[in-house]
Amino acid sequence: MREFAYARARSVDAAVALVADNPGARYLGGGTNLVDLMKLGVERPDLLVDVTGLPMHEVTEDGDTLHVGALVRNSDLAAHPLVRERYPVLSQAVLAGASGQLRNVATTGGNLVQRTRCGYFTDATKPCNKRMPGSGCPAIEGEHHNLAILGASDHCVATHPSDLAVALAALDARVGVQDLAGPQEIPLADFYRPVGDRPDLELTVRDGALVTGVALPPLPAGARSAYRKVRERASYAFAIGSVAAVLKVDDGRVRDVRIALGAVASHPWRARVAERALVDAPATPPAFEAAAEAELAAARPLRDNAYKVPLIRNLVVAVLSELVGDR
Amino acid sequence: MTVPELDSTVRLMLNGAPREVVVDNRTTLLDLLRDRLDHTGTKKGCDHGQCGACTVLVDGRRANSCLLLAVAVDGREVTTVEGLADDEPHPLQAAFVAHDAFQCGYCTPGQICSAIGMLDELAEGWPSAVTADGRPPSLDDAEIRERMAGNICRCGAYPNIVAAIREVAGGD
Repeated sequence: MREFAYARARSVDAAVALVADNPGARYLGGGTNLVDLMKLGVERPDLLVDVTGLPMHEVTEDGDTLHVGALVRNSDLAAHPLVRERYPVLSQAVLAGASGQLRNVATTGGNLVQRTRCGYFTDATKPCNKRMPGSGCPAIEGEHHNLAILGASDHCVATHPSDLAVALAALDARVGVQDLAGPQEIPLADFYRPVGDRPDLELTVRDGALVTGVALPPLPAGARSAYRKVRERASYAFAIGSVAAVLKVDDGRVRDVRIALGAVASHPWRARVAERALVDAPATPPAFEAAAEAELAAARPLRDNAYKVPLIRNLVVAVLSELVGDR
Repeated sequence: MTVPELDSTVRLMLNGAPREVVVDNRTTLLDLLRDRLDHTGTKKGCDHGQCGACTVLVDGRRANSCLLLAVAVDGREVTTVEGLADDEPHPLQAAFVAHDAFQCGYCTPGQICSAIGMLDELAEGWPSAVTADGRPPSLDDAEIRERMAGNICRCGAYPNIVAAIREVAGGD
C-alpha cells in the first residue's frame, strides 16, 4: 500500500477544501471498500480525509421527506423504524447486502460511490479501462458471467455492486452533495454517468464532491415496495440480479410503478420502458412479463451472461406479483 | 510546503486497558492488534473482509478489523477474544467447547466475537434478511445462519456453531 497522510475533517467545508481539486485525496467513511482497494493497489491516495466525525449521522424527517445522513451506517439504516415502516424496499435491500460486520461499518454515502467488483478492475496487474483509461477491457472476451447486460459499451461492461442504491433508484431518491460551489441535491438517476467511452468517469458530480446524504420522498398513498435479490449462495454474496419495485394498484390496474434493476449495468438501472408499459395496465403476471420483456429488448448480453435476461424478467414478474398478492 | 505526516498516534481502550501507539497510517486495526500489541487471538484470514476471522467488537459493535485503519479507531473501545473471559470462559466460549463448534479453530475467535455482537443486535430488535416484515426477530436456526453469514468456517463446523450460539441465546 502506498504511504498516505491522514486528516480528520472538522467541518464539511474543511473536508471539501482538502479533497476538491486534489486528485490524490480521498474521503474516508467506513472504508470497507476503499481500504480494500488500497490494499489491492487499485486506489493509491496520498491523503485520506476522515469524514466520520462530521454531523451526517442522523435520519431526520422534514415534512414528508426522510433525510438520511451520508454517515448513517447500513445496519442503522436497515433497522430504523421509519425506514422499515415507509420504505421496506430499502431496509430489505440493505439487509440483502454484505455481512453484519460490514453493515456495522459501511455508510450510506460510501455505498453509493463504491466501485465495481469486476475482477479485472480489482486486479491491478490487468488492463482495465475504468482503472487505466485506454488499456482495454479483458472482461468482454474473458470472465464476465456476472457483468452487465444493459447500458454497457465496447469500453466497459462492469456492474455497480450496490443493493442499497437499487432501492434508492426505485424510491426516486435525491443525493445531497457538496463541492467548492456549495451544496446541491440531484436525483439519483442523474448521479451516475452512462458508461460511454470514459468508464473511469462514474459520477456526474465534480471530482472531490462529498456525498452528504440522501433524501427520500414519500411513496404514493397505498403504494407498496419490495426488494428481491438472486445470488450464487444463500447469503453474503453480490447479486447476479436484483429488483427493487414500488407498486400501487387500484381496481386491479397499475396506478404507479417504479422498477430498478441491480447487477445488470454500471449503475442502478431504472426500468422506465417497463414502467411506461405498465401505466394503467392490468396488474397481472402476463402484463408484468410483457413489460419486463419490453425493457430487456435493449439487453446486449455477452457470451456467458445471457442467463441474466430471463432471470431479470422472472424477478420482475415475481416481485410485482408479490406486491399485488400481498394486499 | 510541509512534509506530510505518514504516522499517527493512536489511543484506544483494548479490552479495558488504555493503549497508546504510534502507527504507520497504513496499519490496519488487525495488524496493530497482532503485530504491535501482541494480541494474536484475532486471526488474519482473507484480509479483505470476506471471511470474518478478524472480527472484533468496536464500541460494542462487531466489525472486520482487517478493513479498519488503526488511525480511524483512535479513541474507540476495542474488544478482542482475549477480553471476553474473566475468571471463567465467556458463555459462548464454553458453549463452543461443549458443542465442539470448531475443527482447526482458526475462525473461532472471529465466530465468537461475531456471535456476541450478533446477539446484541438481536436484543436491539434489528431485523435480518430472513426476518418477516414488521415482526420482531426470534432466534431460530435460519436467523442464526443468516446473521452469522459473515463468518466463514472452511472446516464446515456450522451445525455445531449454530448449536452453541442457540444454547447461549436460549433459543429452541
